[in-house]
Amino acid sequence: MPREQIIADLKAAGLVGRGGAAFPTGVKWEGAAKEIQARAVPAGEATGYIICNADESETGTFKDRILMERDPHRLIEAMIIAAHAVAANRGIIYVRGEYPLAFTRLSDAVEDARANQLLGINILNSGLEFDIEMRAGAGAYVCGEETALMESIEGRRGEPRVKPPFPTTHGLFGKPTVINNVETLANVPGIVMNGPRWYRQWGTERSPGTRLVCLSGSVRKPGLYEISMGLPLRSLIFNLGGGMARGRTLQAALVGGAAGAFLTPQQMDVPMDFQSLTAVGATFGSGAVMVFDDSVALWSVMRGITKFFAHESCGKCFPCQLGTQRQMEIVARAASGQGRSGDHDALIALGQTMRDASLCGLGQTAASALLSALDKKLVQAP
Amino acid sequence: MSPVTLAINGQTVTVPAGTTIREAARTIGVDVPTVCYHPHFTANSLCRVCVVEMERSRVLVPACSRAVENDMVIFTDSPRVRLSRRTILELMHSAVDLSQAPEIMALLREYQADDGRFAGVGETLAVAQRDLPLHDDNAMYIRDYSKCILCWRCVQACGTDIQYTFALSLGGRGFQTRVATYFDAPIPETTCVYCGNCVAACPTGALKGKREWLIEQGKPLEPMPLGPKRRRRRADGEHLDLLDDRGHR
Ligand SMILES: Cc1cc2nc3c(=O)[nH]c(=O)nc-3n(C[C@H](O)[C@H](O)[C@H](O)COP(=O)(O)O)c2cc1C
Ligand code: SF4
Ligand code: SF4
Ligand code: FES
Repeated sequence: MPREQIIADLKAAGLVGRGGAAFPTGVKWEGAAKEIQARAVPAGEATGYIICNADESETGTFKDRILMERDPHRLIEAMIIAAHAVAANRGIIYVRGEYPLAFTRLSDAVEDARANQLLGINILNSGLEFDIEMRAGAGAYVCGEETALMESIEGRRGEPRVKPPFPTTHGLFGKPTVINNVETLANVPGIVMNGPRWYRQWGTERSPGTRLVCLSGSVRKPGLYEISMGLPLRSLIFNLGGGMARGRTLQAALVGGAAGAFLTPQQMDVPMDFQSLTAVGATFGSGAVMVFDDSVALWSVMRGITKFFAHESCGKCFPCQLGTQRQMEIVARAASGQGRSGDHDALIALGQTMRDASLCGLGQTAASALLSALDKKLVQAP
Repeated sequence: MSPVTLAINGQTVTVPAGTTIREAARTIGVDVPTVCYHPHFTANSLCRVCVVEMERSRVLVPACSRAVENDMVIFTDSPRVRLSRRTILELMHSAVDLSQAPEIMALLREYQADDGRFAGVGETLAVAQRDLPLHDDNAMYIRDYSKCILCWRCVQACGTDIQYTFALSLGGRGFQTRVATYFDAPIPETTCVYCGNCVAACPTGALKGKREWLIEQGKPLEPMPLGPKRRRRRADGEHLDLLDDRGHR
């Protein structure tokens, strides 16, 4: 299939990234393809990179692990398609360090593909050159951020770069780079094989397709669910997830992981698609839905979340380096009933500052759950 | 390159492509405050004090590094911008000894920063200010990291922005980030060549000539082990001159 056709199909299918930012995949591939075409590179050198972001570290998220462990060949197929579509000749799968089984299965699948001439200098005698290198992360959440991930591959501290420029023009080792999440890539072979109309039989007009949701917390049947986008949150929690344990009632759901937002029992009818979630101040994020029944102390949940961000901040930019620490401290004292007057306002100012002024998505979302919880009075500070 | 036209605080500005928002603002007499930015160093946009509001952007953007684009609509002093600046300054003040950073102290006053909001947090928890040791390990300069704001200038001066010596690096992460040497070795055991560029670049007095520090402390001066001339900071803290032992040029 001609490369323009692949990109056109992805755009028509309306596929957007599943790594958190929901960026249109076709547009991303097109940007890299143009840049690679514009740069003439001597034969044998890297033209550009296809990176599979398999660093999955968002709290409550385990969808990519299942895809990698159970269907590794699909990812390799998607990466070969991407390589062909944008004319990149190098690939990297960056797997979270704590996922040894996924790493082994993917490594074996890469070996299989090489042995069967599906990777290498002349794939199936088509003239296409593409090979994949496996890399393991070292445990930092921030290394899932695309530019920190590239810094880490290049051998430096895993700190995000200032954007723009974006990876499609200045990516790994300065080369045009497509970086996609595991789940995003897993959608590609189906779209290329069956076409955009097939894909659009699921989901809504503006959020086509299906989505993997990692359901955890106080539900009877936690687990990984593939839903057609637009399914109401209530159906997910009460039909698929089986609802709360006997005698318990729903207190709140955290949608999108630690970087996401809390929704209240009154908001359960929100359809799980990008636009509807944004409209209620939430995001789909990584697809994590954590459910808390009335027995859970939400201040201790907030304590865990703010501790997570203080621990994972890379320390590069001041608002997050200092703000995640202060946020954790103030939440800790509020959680232990020692809040001081002015804490509420301080947390709001801190949260807005981190959201607005931080360099990368980590700091920008480090207060997201807390701000939503304060806003909805799920927790209260003096 | 073709010129770029944008709006800053309601005024139309035309500047050459590649100009930063900060530079563009200066052409119409608008000063954007900066802390980590320095014209001789690569702008890494760390402090975020220079952030400005840009229409159609979800977040604020750093004026020190962001290049202008046609039709950008920029506000350099909106309430959102002022809130971020003020909070960042308060956070810095809560963690770092800024007593020898007059420019930053002036910004704290300008933005009416509240001293106590984030300070004192350490009463109930372990960390208040960054309590880092003072390193007095060589004859030329001291490193007092309780005054360090992590602007990276010394690391950049020691690295690819000036000296290519790489004696200084960063260690730790988050609130525990710090300027370090490899394996935390004392300076004489590193690649340091005592060029003094890091000391000259430090905006907060965290790095300071040894003799200046001794005089400040009222301690007796030690004999100088190195050549007769070395870099010293002049009283105004800004300029560097080569001075001999008696302070003559
Ligand atoms: C702190 C942080 C952590 C991230 N972690 C991941 C991750 O583990 N996996 C992932 O696919 N994307 C992660 N992202 C998003 C990536 O930066 C990037 O947007 C994504 O890999 C792009 O792929 P997509 O367009 O297919 O979603 C993270 C972003 C941030 C800010
Ligand atoms: S927001 Fe946090 S993680 Fe991101 S660059 Fe700033 S300090 Fe690092
Ligand atoms: S020691 Fe000085 S120059 Fe170096 S990072 Fe700290 S404040 Fe900046
Ligand atoms: S001056 Fe721009 S981020 Fe510090």
